[in-house]
Amino acid sequence: MLRTLLRAFGAIVLSLLVGFSARAADLVIGLSTPVTTLDPHFHNLTPNNSMARHVFETLIKQDENQRIMPGLAESWKAIGDLEWEIKLRKGVKFHNGQNLTADDVIATFKRVPNVPNSPASFAFFVRPIVEAKAVDPLTLRLKTDKPHPLLPNDMVAIMILPKAVAETAKTEDFNSGKAMIGTGSYRFVEYVAGDRVVLKRNDAYHGQKPAWDNVRFKMIPSAPARVAALLAGDVQMIEGVPTADIAQLSKDSRVVLSSAVSNRVIYLHMDSGREKNSPFVTTTDGKPMEANPLRDAKVRKAISKMIDRDAIVSRIMEGQAAAAGQLLPDQFFGTSKTLKPEKYDPEGAKKLLAEAGYPNGFGLTLHAPNNRYINDAAVAQAVAQYMSRNGIPTKVETMPSNVFFSRGSKLEFSFLLAGWGAETGETSSPLRSLLATYDQKAGLGTANRGRFSDPGVDALLTQALTTIDDTKRGVMLARASEKAVGELTGLVPLHYEVSTWATRKGLSYKARADQYTFAYETRPAK
Amino acid sequence: MFVYVLRRLSQTALVLAITSLLVFGGLYLVGDPVEILVNPSADQIEKERAAAALGLDKPIHEQYLTFVKGALTGNLGNSFVYARPALQVIFERMPATLELAFLAMLIAVTIGIPLGLYAGLRPGSPVSKAIMAGSILGFSLPTFWVGLILIIVFAVQLGWLPSTGRGPTTEVLGLQLSILNVEGLKYALLPAINLALFKLSLIIRLTRAQVREQSLLDYIKFARAKGLSNRRVIGVHLLKNIMIPLVTVIGLELGSVIAFAVVTETIFAWPGMGKLVIDSIFQLDRPVVVAYLLVVVFMFILINLVVDLLYSILDPRVRLADVRS
Repeated sequence: MLRTLLRAFGAIVLSLLVGFSARAADLVIGLSTPVTTLDPHFHNLTPNNSMARHVFETLIKQDENQRIMPGLAESWKAIGDLEWEIKLRKGVKFHNGQNLTADDVIATFKRVPNVPNSPASFAFFVRPIVEAKAVDPLTLRLKTDKPHPLLPNDMVAIMILPKAVAETAKTEDFNSGKAMIGTGSYRFVEYVAGDRVVLKRNDAYHGQKPAWDNVRFKMIPSAPARVAALLAGDVQMIEGVPTADIAQLSKDSRVVLSSAVSNRVIYLHMDSGREKNSPFVTTTDGKPMEANPLRDAKVRKAISKMIDRDAIVSRIMEGQAAAAGQLLPDQFFGTSKTLKPEKYDPEGAKKLLAEAGYPNGFGLTLHAPNNRYINDAAVAQAVAQYMSRNGIPTKVETMPSNVFFSRGSKLEFSFLLAGWGAETGETSSPLRSLLATYDQKAGLGTANRGRFSDPGVDALLTQALTTIDDTKRGVMLARASEKAVGELTGLVPLHYEVSTWATRKGLSYKARADQYTFAYETRPAK
Repeated sequence: MFVYVLRRLSQTALVLAITSLLVFGGLYLVGDPVEILVNPSADQIEKERAAAALGLDKPIHEQYLTFVKGALTGNLGNSFVYARPALQVIFERMPATLELAFLAMLIAVTIGIPLGLYAGLRPGSPVSKAIMAGSILGFSLPTFWVGLILIIVFAVQLGWLPSTGRGPTTEVLGLQLSILNVEGLKYALLPAINLALFKLSLIIRLTRAQVREQSLLDYIKFARAKGLSNRRVIGVHLLKNIMIPLVTVIGLELGSVIAFAVVTETIFAWPGMGKLVIDSIFQLDRPVVVAYLLVVVFMFILINLVVDLLYSILDPRVRLADVRS
């Protein structure tokens, strides 16, 4: 009897202790790229956006698969083609105790395009809005001059500030913490540039309360050091787990891995613009060649068939990628159900080359960055080897991304490897930037470094970009992908990168397609 | 001596001007910062806005003139990425790098000179041989590898020291220093050892070579013949004479440790200047890169000056006023 009582007592004490330690829980996270500023509208950069989302919130959010869901906005709907109505959530308070109203949102929209010295602003996302009006404190009407179906997706990028902050705060006020007043689940505590960000829980948060009282983000850019910090227990969670360590970590009982296919596709772009004298197209023995075989869709298709994507995924990416057949993984909005990764088919490639009039092939140089994507230089080497083996002798030249992108945009290459992350989480993003005909004024084809151009694709895309109805738009985007990638091979998709997080045992994180690392989504395992 | 210092400083101005011109031109050739900084999906309107906001829409010579005008008033421009004065960004990181460099040099000198002396005085003994073999390892092992091994052994396996980052700081004369408290020192120890290893080996080998050379010279023999104690022969006569090359090398190495601790800072996530400049180069954050190199060049010139002044103290035969450079 006494023994049972004692046991029960012990159990109660133990549960109290456990409960207590869970309440006073702290979390330390190792980040792979430094946060460069806390101003949520200054520099559109993944680490900055990820950090800002702890303190600030957006009207509309995305789940881990980048499907849109309510944020500060409870609901939204299009009224006709040119107007949107957004209902704000009731009872949302900023960290200073003020209530969120439509005026805060309007003031925020005014600040976004006017942040001084911003190297990469968010102006793009509010530019379609020609008028923003508060119908009542919790209802907002937004007018656009053209039908703009992506307005809800654009709202995912804009962090909402209180009116007073939006009207007066400068970038340095955010870095010092003075202006760090949002509605988010965490409050700002400390920021040391290049070193750490410290946050504490916002107990007045309107949504689900996060599990951690205090969160410290440490910036550990060196990948092996980040893994070591996790193994040593100095941090409980890291992002950007290097592919080389995955096999070993998955066997380690102290660590739990969590990965998801990201929204970033790695692709090959071919010079399909220049009619002749493409700079790096040569004959098979390396002499300059006048004709540009890359203009021929058959040649581009042949290149796609020459590459064994499964081998690249399993050997070079160590399984941390998925072979790609289109611009975004299948589960995203606007993707095609029929496009599948091209099968490795050297015979088929040979036949297509012969049909195009190049039975003996030609020479190429593949240009690629060497510090931008996961194993980028190694992937480029593998691609070039497959091509050389199957009839197109290909050299490789890799360079740091700061050189690569400047030269690529000046069209100095004939054949390049690059990647595209669809921030909006739907197919119009890669289509309009990579495959639409280059048009400086309309902002189309901005990253179309192969200058692919097809009137049919352009027509489908333009139509999709002004179609408010989601179902119809999805079909149009899928059709545009099928035409641009499947039929015309405007680019050759290689693989989608997989992003991996690692936590200490006892924690869990739902891996995200947008590569954001959120402390409030990290939970003690149940 | 005063004239000498003045002349040296005026040469400095010329060197700084040339450096700024080279870096400015070099970065211009590397690429367009707008291409790197803007979001990949940005359209032409956004690119033009960004170029105008950063002053990159003007021709390069105008950009340089604007820079020179600012530089003459002590303003080296605003960082593109951090939106703050470039010098401020650098100076904020400087204490972290300086304390690490000094700790590393302190380790290298206090261990290196005695070991080198010992190895030089008793070249045949097994201990000396072991010291010399160890110094070869210190020379040849790559810093990043040693750094990772240090982390794996002392942080992951033994759990004695923290793996990465900088510890809590205490404020001294307006500077945030972490090596003045025990907790902070724990964080600094592994990176400092990693940084010190190469310098340590260098100092050991240099000291040994000097000792071997000097101990055969007449003045040492004479001192011994006079019956001076071993301690006085080594501690005063020998040590003073081997110090001149040592001071030169230590001075230069201190400079290089401060300016180029990049690898160690990256591996240990130490928030210093080296890491900053690498990030800035990749992002083509020109104001920071230019300001950093100017600061580093200035520092090297200053260290060399101090080294020259030290010569004249160590060796009275060197008279600075007569040195024409």
